[in-house]
Amino acid sequence: MKTIALIIVIITGSFLLYATVDFPSWGDPQSPASTHVSPRYIERTLEETSVPNVVTAVLADYRGFDTLFETTVIFAAGVACFFLLRAFGKERPATGLYRHLLTGVTVRIKGSAGLPDDMEEFERIDTLWTPYDPIVKVMCQRLIPFIQLFALYVIAHGHHSPGGGFQGGVILGASLILLSISHNFRIALRRMGERLDALLCALGVAIYAGTGALCLLLGANFLDYSALAGILHVDPVTARSHGILIVEIGVGIAVMATMVLIYNNLASAGKFDEGL
Amino acid sequence: MSDFFSHLVARYNYWIYITLMMIGLYAMIAKNNLVKKIIGMNIFQTAIILFYISIGAKKGATIPIISHGSGHEAHVVKAADYINPLPHVLMLTAIVVAVATLGVALALAVQVYRQYKTLEEDEILQKIRES
Repeated sequence: MKTIALIIVIITGSFLLYATVDFPSWGDPQSPASTHVSPRYIERTLEETSVPNVVTAVLADYRGFDTLFETTVIFAAGVACFFLLRAFGKERPATGLYRHLLTGVTVRIKGSAGLPDDMEEFERIDTLWTPYDPIVKVMCQRLIPFIQLFALYVIAHGHHSPGGGFQGGVILGASLILLSISHNFRIALRRMGERLDALLCALGVAIYAGTGALCLLLGANFLDYSALAGILHVDPVTARSHGILIVEIGVGIAVMATMVLIYNNLASAGKFDEGL
Repeated sequence: MSDFFSHLVARYNYWIYITLMMIGLYAMIAKNNLVKKIIGMNIFQTAIILFYISIGAKKGATIPIISHGSGHEAHVVKAADYINPLPHVLMLTAIVVAVATLGVALALAVQVYRQYKTLEEDEILQKIRES
């Protein structure tokens, strides 16, 4: 198998390398990719949408359909993870491990009943080895709000600086995953429950598709944000900019919720009881 | 020979991405472990992302954010001053979709492990044949 694979890889690779002779050289301004539609995007974006960041404008306006369905793909991936892994029914592990917070003593309680989850002196810990590391916990506790603030900045400033819904959504999702890794799975789940997560997942896509449908109702094409000018009380060009922002917020919410949904399902293997 | 080297220097980005892509392809074909195959798939995706981004580059150009003053005074925007935004748009979504598909792939791997108690491909095939 390894020899066959090596032969296939070498043949494919040499064909591809042979094809590079016809490719434009690196950084060539006259390359085919940069000569047809992209100059138009660069030259007209600012007057047509009043968004300086061409990437954001192309993403959410010129190629709005593409991005809508990319968001749907992400949503579908989250739902697929949920249906593949989620195991319902609350069976607890046979022995529960609890740490006394003041002394650091670990208590092992046999039987599935265990202690209630919301006790002040005792903290439930995972049955696999969980170290007690206050440095990691405190550092992450201090960092997470700033990470989330930065994520909101990245979403809101997607028009003027590198950023947008996808990037901000991933950062926001990563901050919640960091909470889950640094503390434990149940604390993160208490902050962002499964139901809320699934709702946000669908809500993000609904905001995007709903904005498009609203344009349709107002008499323009699907996702033609200039139709929103009447509602937002601005001129059509600024309405495009605002429409892009609304859509980016939808993308951010969908991406954030999907990242957390996929992580939760994978890390707890669908049991939603113990994380990594 | 000097022809070859001038060609190599002008197009070294393609050589890098083809090497990466072939590493990923080899891992997807030859590796026995399902997680290693998934990692191979991710390396493959990264190669494609690099390919697209390198296509978007222009010598002497800056990131595709139009510099503008306050207000909307009309000024000429030259396409040669900004790199091609289109590959960036495509790859921006592709990266996130890659993460989502990675999640689905890992979820499938977890299910396969639950069913067969192993992630090695030959052992899984043997268990399918036995049953």
